[in-house]
Amino acid sequence: MTRLAAFRALSLAIVRGFLRDRASVFFSMVFPLMFLVLFGGLLGSQGPSEVHLVQVGEVALLDEMDADARAAFDDTFEVTRSEDLAYAIAEVRRGDADVAIEMHGDTLVAHYTETDQVKAAVTQGALRAFVDGTNVAQSGEPPRFALETERVEDESLETIQFVTPGLLGWAVAMSAAFGAAATLQGWRQTKLLRRLQLAPVSTRTIVAARVAVTLGIALVQMAIFLGLGAAAFGLTLTGSWWAAVPLVVVGTLCFMAIGLLAGALARTTEGAVNAANIVVLPMAFLSGSFFDLSAAPGWLQAISNVLPLKHLNEGMLDVMVRGEGPAAVLVPMAVLAAFAVVVTLAAARIFRWETA
Amino acid sequence: MSAAIEVVDLAVSYGDVRAVDGVSLEVAEGEFVGVLGPNGAGKTTLLELVEGLRRPDAGTVRVLGQPVWPRDPRLLPRIGVQLQASSFFERLTAREQIHTFASLYGVAPARGDEWLERVGLVDKADTRVEGLSGGQAQRLSIACALVHDPELVFLDEPTAALDPQARRNLWDLLAGINDSGRTVVLTTHYMDEAEVLCDRVAVMDAGRVLSMDTPAALVRGLDAPARITVAPGQLRLDEARGLPGVADAVESPDGVVLVTRDPARVVARLAAEDRLDGVRVQTATLEDVFLDLTGREYRA
Repeated sequence: MTRLAAFRALSLAIVRGFLRDRASVFFSMVFPLMFLVLFGGLLGSQGPSEVHLVQVGEVALLDEMDADARAAFDDTFEVTRSEDLAYAIAEVRRGDADVAIEMHGDTLVAHYTETDQVKAAVTQGALRAFVDGTNVAQSGEPPRFALETERVEDESLETIQFVTPGLLGWAVAMSAAFGAAATLQGWRQTKLLRRLQLAPVSTRTIVAARVAVTLGIALVQMAIFLGLGAAAFGLTLTGSWWAAVPLVVVGTLCFMAIGLLAGALARTTEGAVNAANIVVLPMAFLSGSFFDLSAAPGWLQAISNVLPLKHLNEGMLDVMVRGEGPAAVLVPMAVLAAFAVVVTLAAARIFRWETA
Repeated sequence: MSAAIEVVDLAVSYGDVRAVDGVSLEVAEGEFVGVLGPNGAGKTTLLELVEGLRRPDAGTVRVLGQPVWPRDPRLLPRIGVQLQASSFFERLTAREQIHTFASLYGVAPARGDEWLERVGLVDKADTRVEGLSGGQAQRLSIACALVHDPELVFLDEPTAALDPQARRNLWDLLAGINDSGRTVVLTTHYMDEAEVLCDRVAVMDAGRVLSMDTPAALVRGLDAPARITVAPGQLRLDEARGLPGVADAVESPDGVVLVTRDPARVVARLAAEDRLDGVRVQTATLEDVFLDLTGREYRA
């Protein structure tokens, strides 16, 4: 079957050209992964920081605590000792310590500031819990009520859970758009497009080869991102994560269309790549690829909602980490497909065979 | 012999520019035809119209008996094209390049290897196209155009931007490619190239074919006198003027220059008088033809 042979030969030629282009491999594979390592590695380890507590003099409550309780206490508090109350309070005032405690008979007195309200609340709550716990233990009665905590996803998504889909969306968008823009413009400049037009291969075969390679690259990106995220940074995917695969496929088509438009508009390969960059990079910022937009002002979110990348990112977040069912990708896929069709038609209208 | 190419009243304009302006020509099967003209004469546009890459504003083109517009997939395997730029896939080696083209035409890769050998690129088979010299890239480009053994091949300025030595090397290759009865159409802006390689030459300027004939006939048709230079001291000026057939004679640093329309007779006379030392005969060239046809200097 000659058509299949032509398709295979073209795909192979495009793959080789891609893999041998260090810059495009770097920008589509290595560069986004660097961000993943950066966000996953640095921000991921940033748990709630310990509260710095200064113990002034003897504090029976702490000194006589049993080992288990002491371990739990040390999880929250980093304890240093001091004999000078005035100095300890001065340390708290300066912000070098978060709280100073002393014992007045049976009363635990805590000196703290409201500078960091979260820490102040944690400090008060934790100390009160320890005092109450000690009181219960002293009474000899077994505790009647117990507390279990169950975490609700989303609002409190761990950093890696949030950044992996967003960065993957950006990576896919970038390589699809750049690949399409550079190929169209490069092949037009060298007249390779013209040359292929004079070979007995249909335009459909040429387009299919380019699309197949771009989709392959996107799926490899996805595999690497999810694999690295899970292996190195504790990414946990939720049940219907596989629904992100067709979503990524449609997203890739959409960004290929954007790349085609950039390639059709530009006059040089560099111009085409720059045009794709100018579109994709700000879009990544506005689509929550790098940070959560839920706290952003309403007008910004309104802009964000008309950007295709936002829908790709949200769809991936829904099925990959928020635990929603596969149906959650249907609307994003429809939006991305609509973008792809409209932008491709625009690119086809603008496209000229010659650059001059 | 039937016609490989029939062009009738072909015209196309870009805005106000008539790039091809009423061209009619015929190329017979097996002919090696050159389209000669300066940059901007319309050679490439004419070629693209004949290849079926562009839609003409007026006129018709038939290639191998078939109309070229609209694009006819059955016709394409029968023609080979080399476009002006080096139209290669980025970052592929010479071998990968020609194998890719072989696959596009449904030809075995071994044919690609044969062509690499024929154009002398076996040593460079594993070199990426970006690493080839201008001459090597042109050879590869020609091999890619011929890998499927087309009946008709178009070469658009294959020797442009080559140094004189690479250009002459390429001539040897080009001279052999119509040996199997293949029809070749080549554009060039080099007069000497057209004279050496082509059976017939179409002289083109400003979108028109001014004249089309064999190089010799074009020069003959010019009816320009030949110039015979005789080494200094062989002949006095008044003697020279008295020779039968000599229209005029002038003194030059190289010797006496005889202007004649009957160079054979004059040379025979000089031979009889044993005055042939350092004699040099210059007849008109295509350059003179061009000057005569357009009324202006040739500017390649």
